[in-house]
Amino acid sequence: MKSLLLGNEALAQGAIDSGLSGVYAYPGTPSTEVTEYIQKSKTAKSLGIHTTWSVNEKTAMEAALGMSYAGKRAMVVMKHVGLNVASDVFMNMAVSGVNGGLVVVVADDPSMHSSQNEQDSRFYGKFAMVPILEPSNQQEAYNIMHYAFDISEEYKLPVLVRMVTRLSHSRAGVIIKERRAQNGIQLPVDTNRFALIPLNAKKQFEKLVKKKSVLLESSEKSRFNKLKLKEDCSLGIIACGIAYNYVMENISGNEEFYSILKVSQYPIPKEKVKKLYKHCDKILVVEEGYPIVEELLHNYFDENGKIKGKLSDDIPLVGELNPNSVGKAIGFFHNGAQEIPEIVSNRPPQLCEGCGHTDLFNAINELIPEIGNKKVFGDIGCYALGALPPLNTINTLIDMGASITMAKGAADAGLENAIAVIGDSTFTHSGMTGLLDAVYENTPITVIISDNSAIAMTGAQDSTAVGRLKDICLGIGVDLDHLKMIVPLKKNHKENVNILRNELNYKGVSVIISQRPCVRLSRDKKEEIKLKIASLN
Amino acid sequence: MNYNLILSGVGGQGILTIAAVLDTATLQQNLFVKQSEVHGMSQRGGAVQCHVRISDKEIYSDLIPQGKADMILSVEPMELLRYLPYLANKGWLITDSNPFINISNYPEKKELYEQIKSHPNHIIINATAVAKKLGNTKAANMVLLGAASTLIPISEESILTAIKKLFQNKSERVINLNIEAFQTGKKLAKENTDFVY
Ligand SMILES: Cc1ncc(C[n+]2csc(CCOP(=O)(O)OP(=O)(O)O)c2C)c(N)n1
Ligand code: SF4
Repeated sequence: MKSLLLGNEALAQGAIDSGLSGVYAYPGTPSTEVTEYIQKSKTAKSLGIHTTWSVNEKTAMEAALGMSYAGKRAMVVMKHVGLNVASDVFMNMAVSGVNGGLVVVVADDPSMHSSQNEQDSRFYGKFAMVPILEPSNQQEAYNIMHYAFDISEEYKLPVLVRMVTRLSHSRAGVIIKERRAQNGIQLPVDTNRFALIPLNAKKQFEKLVKKKSVLLESSEKSRFNKLKLKEDCSLGIIACGIAYNYVMENISGNEEFYSILKVSQYPIPKEKVKKLYKHCDKILVVEEGYPIVEELLHNYFDENGKIKGKLSDDIPLVGELNPNSVGKAIGFFHNGAQEIPEIVSNRPPQLCEGCGHTDLFNAINELIPEIGNKKVFGDIGCYALGALPPLNTINTLIDMGASITMAKGAADAGLENAIAVIGDSTFTHSGMTGLLDAVYENTPITVIISDNSAIAMTGAQDSTAVGRLKDICLGIGVDLDHLKMIVPLKKNHKENVNILRNELNYKGVSVIISQRPCVRLSRDKKEEIKLKIASLN
Repeated sequence: MNYNLILSGVGGQGILTIAAVLDTATLQQNLFVKQSEVHGMSQRGGAVQCHVRISDKEIYSDLIPQGKADMILSVEPMELLRYLPYLANKGWLITDSNPFINISNYPEKKELYEQIKSHPNHIIINATAVAKKLGNTKAANMVLLGAASTLIPISEESILTAIKKLFQNKSERVINLNIEAFQTGKKLAKENTDFVY
């Protein structure tokens, strides 16, 4: 029987079966289940595959590169914005190249179901000049991993596998094949290429640029890029990744009227595109994310109007694709969808009942009349929901770690009583360095670490911060007199407000650790956390 | 054969259990299935939905096109109506009558029921009350699935096997409770397709 797997799980199983030795990742929707699947896999455990979460995407990618340097196959997994954090190593390991196969899995989130933006990771792949693979369905996600490791080892380059929310979080039956063995330790023949001092970097970069033609050739003959020309030449469709499904959903049964180029490997296979372009009167480009392929084909001044897609307004530029928007662009009109009745209200996500973040926000809110509005710099995690009514505590949310540094900048500008609210995991991900900036100048800000001992937003993964926050802050140089611990509970409200007020009055860096485990954690997990904290202190 | 079903509810209400039973039963019958679900932020008490597509041929889109859902099965009445644009002409609306109120502007129950009743094919069933009587409100999902089951082109036998498989790590009592819930839902829907309330 087929196994019923999420796109993310199919990909993870594919990685295990391609001889993976380690997965490195920081959680982030919609990518999280890739790593979680391998963490739960008995096979992975028996094979000794590394699966522990990393502190952030950059540390994860560097560790994966280290494993690849040692000759083994490694995978690093993140959501699209995670690649911003890891972009330094990503760009540079394209120049050094890899040793054991290295696959970078990035899940994009068009429509921003759980994200701050809709950035398209294919841009990064192109920027770094590495091969990109974009599976269209669950079975392909499984199959493509084997291929990804193969070409990574063949071209000695990291390979980017781009997923999107709909594929990551949709299940289908998947046929699983045999597993191949892991690589043994085998150090690089020439380590100079990994030492990117300018002398070596220049040579390596030239090599990378020269790989362009072999990568193009690989795309041209790839089994994941298929061109089917049909006699009818009125419309040719280029369908990238998951977009292929939406196209087929609409034309299945009428395939003879459409020539189709299915693209799941980049760089874009130029010859195949040329053939389609010559053959058809109009070309529709359907791709999830930014109009990257479309832009490539577009005549700069758009003189002939032959290319249709997002730039021509045939498909919306924002939001994810769906079978209806794609059908409309192909020329199928459907009407008569019913409306949502007016009485249906919005139901946005909210903090769970009894969540410690709420008690913290209630304490902050009580002080707002004294300190003034719009001074609470927030960060990413469950507590970001404090930006919504009824709490309305948080004023900003930009990227992980930005609460502390934005509060600092605002304080530098002369703003008094700037508060930063940051979760425990976000703090260790990207907050610690910003705190050192503030400590270094003794900037008058109050940093509140809302510590629920978990990475709650993404499904309660283990937080590397557990039991270490106090020591980290002291190590960074926070004054012990201005490092306070509070327990966010209704019964402590008055006391907590007083502690907060005192620290807001202090004209230097204060850190308040507001600690109470996420109420969603199981009793066993809470017990485990208690023991961990006790063992560390 | 193609069958498209939308499951809806609020994050945390467990619509994925219904989906898992359907998926498992479908694969047992060697049919194709695709099931698109919501992970992430909305799971914290927000509106969530799940698209289940069943077919004897390869399925392309993970999402059901608008106007193509044969059924919307909801564990909550307002969430049922949110997905009306997906409903096919002769599609069915099936819901638990119990509202899940975690917002201040939740509509009047009565108005919700009236909206649902204005559609020819509907079943409103107090699945939560039925499940409670049987011993655990958590089984409300299986009451609903039972009520919907005769309309879904999967055999009862496969569904029951799937329930047993899914709850295999639970006690005998839990398995039997869920099977009983399924059968009670089926019986109630049969006796009163118009309005079980
Ligand atoms: C660069 C980046 N990586 C990952 C994420 C996904 N993400 C958002 S919030 C979050 C967890 C935050 O955990 P924590 O700070 O402990 O807050 P909690 O959710 O537990 O309240 C993660 C991993 C992101 N938005 N950006
Ligand atoms: S999951 Fe935990 S941290 Fe997130 S809102 Fe719920 S209780 Fe709070």
